[in-house]
Amino acid sequence: MNEDIKSFTISIYTENHIGLLNRISAIFQRRHINIESLTTSQSEIEGVNRFVIVVNMTETNTVKIVKQIEKQVETIRAYYHEEEDTIFTESCMFKIKSDLLFNEPQIQNIIKESSARIVTVNKEFFVLEKSGRRNEIESLRRDLNVFGIMQFVRSGRIAVTKEQMKITEMLTAFNNQ
Amino acid sequence: MKTQTVNKTQVAEKTQRIAGSEAIVRSLMAEGVDILYGYPGGAIMPVYDELYKFKDQIHHVLTRHEQGAAHAAQGYARISGKVGVAMATSGPGATNLITGIADAQIDSTPIVCITGQVPSHLLGSDAFQETDIVGISTPVTKWNCQVTKSEDIPEAIAKAFYIAKSGRPGPVLVDITKDAQFGELDFKYEKCKGVRSYIPIPKTDPETIIAASELINNAKKPMIVWGQGVILGKAEAELKAVIEKAGIPAAWTILGASALPTSHPLNIGMVGMHGNYAPNKLTNECDVLIAIGMRFDDRVTGSLDTYAKQAKIIHFDIDPAEIDKNVKTDVAVLGNSKESLALLFDALNKNTHDSWLQEFKDLYAIEFEKVIQSDINPTKEGLTMGEVIKQINIESKGYAAIVSDVGQHQMIACRYADFNVTKSNITSGGLGTMGFALPAAIGAKMAAPEREVVAVIGDGGYQMNIQELGTIFQQKAAVKIVVLNNEFLGMVRQWQQLFFDKRYASTEMTNPNFVAIAEGYYIKAKKVTKRKELADAVKEMMASEESYFLEVCVEKEGNVFPMIPSGASVSDVRLS
Repeated sequence: MNEDIKSFTISIYTENHIGLLNRISAIFQRRHINIESLTTSQSEIEGVNRFVIVVNMTETNTVKIVKQIEKQVETIRAYYHEEEDTIFTESCMFKIKSDLLFNEPQIQNIIKESSARIVTVNKEFFVLEKSGRRNEIESLRRDLNVFGIMQFVRSGRIAVTKEQMKITEMLTAFNNQ
Repeated sequence: MKTQTVNKTQVAEKTQRIAGSEAIVRSLMAEGVDILYGYPGGAIMPVYDELYKFKDQIHHVLTRHEQGAAHAAQGYARISGKVGVAMATSGPGATNLITGIADAQIDSTPIVCITGQVPSHLLGSDAFQETDIVGISTPVTKWNCQVTKSEDIPEAIAKAFYIAKSGRPGPVLVDITKDAQFGELDFKYEKCKGVRSYIPIPKTDPETIIAASELINNAKKPMIVWGQGVILGKAEAELKAVIEKAGIPAAWTILGASALPTSHPLNIGMVGMHGNYAPNKLTNECDVLIAIGMRFDDRVTGSLDTYAKQAKIIHFDIDPAEIDKNVKTDVAVLGNSKESLALLFDALNKNTHDSWLQEFKDLYAIEFEKVIQSDINPTKEGLTMGEVIKQINIESKGYAAIVSDVGQHQMIACRYADFNVTKSNITSGGLGTMGFALPAAIGAKMAAPEREVVAVIGDGGYQMNIQELGTIFQQKAAVKIVVLNNEFLGMVRQWQQLFFDKRYASTEMTNPNFVAIAEGYYIKAKKVTKRKELADAVKEMMASEESYFLEVCVEKEGNVFPMIPSGASVSDVRLS
């Protein structure tokens, strides 16, 4: 009975309908499941949105939740995948005092090694952007924290799946009905 | 040439420049709505103005509370299979619908609720009677939407009806701002034929039918438990054919009641917390359990850890999310019950299971001796709820629709009412909404005036929507009302007796003069306190052409048995 809790990436293709985010998040809330991250954007299909939600759950509960999401009228399809079945990334930004860039030579090395990108520099601060895995971002944050970070923000996970998503076929089939 | 002219006129008729409010009423009429239940108020007034104009074609029933409107719409839907409609204004009008909507959601009842909303420029500003009803209703609706533009009204309503009634039915709410009601549009109504992101009925995989039929054909002790999915899918005949061909004992959930006549030899009674002894006990003895259009609610299964562990489980359902939700299935058959049961029928061998059926009969005999006999043929002092239901059976001959509320009387009504025709047990199953029965009975009676509709209600639930007596009086709805008065919130009291050492916290009721109240609404009324008065009183009530109120004072501390204590196993069903 004691099933492992794992990280699952839930991908949901939906119509672009106001209130759908509420409807979907309520399904997690009812079962008292914390959403680790949630992003929503346009998908590869015009007019179709894609949610990417990361949760830590048992697979049994993930299956139940995915079915309940799929049951919503405006959900086209919902899938879940384990980490190894997706290619994923997160992105983050740091705002740091500019004088550190000149006074602390180590910072330049950290930036180079982490393959972070400087977005902008002015007299007061510079902004660093990095995409990558959570652990890379975390390690960069720890390294920079020693010198002081003015602001830090990290996005939710975005992911594409190795598996083919047959949404277009599904929508075409509906249109041909 | 002539044909062309006709076509032109038709086109001209099809698109008319009308107000949004008129479009709402016309859209409802286009969906075949002839009765709706509601309550006017500021943000819905333009629609009421149109309802006044169209009152010869569409009958608006003024309930005394919006909750009553929602339950009446449910009662209408449950007895007719059609979509019930409720209407309310913004703010409190809309929030008062919520209990009925939640009830319809958990019991898969098709209703469409139309709510007025403050003008769109005031949305989000805490305007007078503004509430985010779309946000509030989201978790308890199958679908909802807000309309802020007049031209979007017909499509939204068409979609609402389509979604409410298709697939697994459910409640839909359409919130329409006042400016959308006032604004004009080119009206043309087209029924919704599909929504691309929504598959109402999943395809039945023939392989699953084969797998199911193999299990059933080889079973020694098969047992069916059917639910409301049979009634919603209009699959009563298919169910009967399946159980008769394969000789399978069949039990029902509370909402499945009446899909098969009570007297059918293979009908082995109700499962669940207060269901019959045999089907509960033998759930843990069968070798194949065939669940049809039911959802393994906790009130049906008791503890899941000890539920039918020995059996192969076959689950027929229209909703993929129900599969493996509570009970892990061996074979899941998706699809509409009417079609999937017809396919199953073809794949089944003719069979009988006489010795297995005898096991049910033997346990029934024990239940009869220990529980049923004293419930329906009591000899001791104090009227029982069971004998009242028996009297109703005698008068109705099993043809009445019984609308019950929630609690002890509900369990007794479901256990003992005779059902000869489908859609005869109208009750709040999943949500357990006290106050459901009186307004639901109004909706049921108005939807099916040819049917005898008897509301059986406890003294607690009756007082939760007692104001609907006003609706009964105004509409001349010939609802028969039986209040089984034990001066307690009986089911809670029973639990307090059994599990809380008889500490009757807030369950004792000091009740008013119910007869005087009914008479205050000009409803014929009678009170019965003695056994010898009961038969005549029930007879008089059932013979009445008009609505009739009958209060029966029953024993104060009667208990409902059998009982599966909360969290216990179905095989631990208690007889006392």
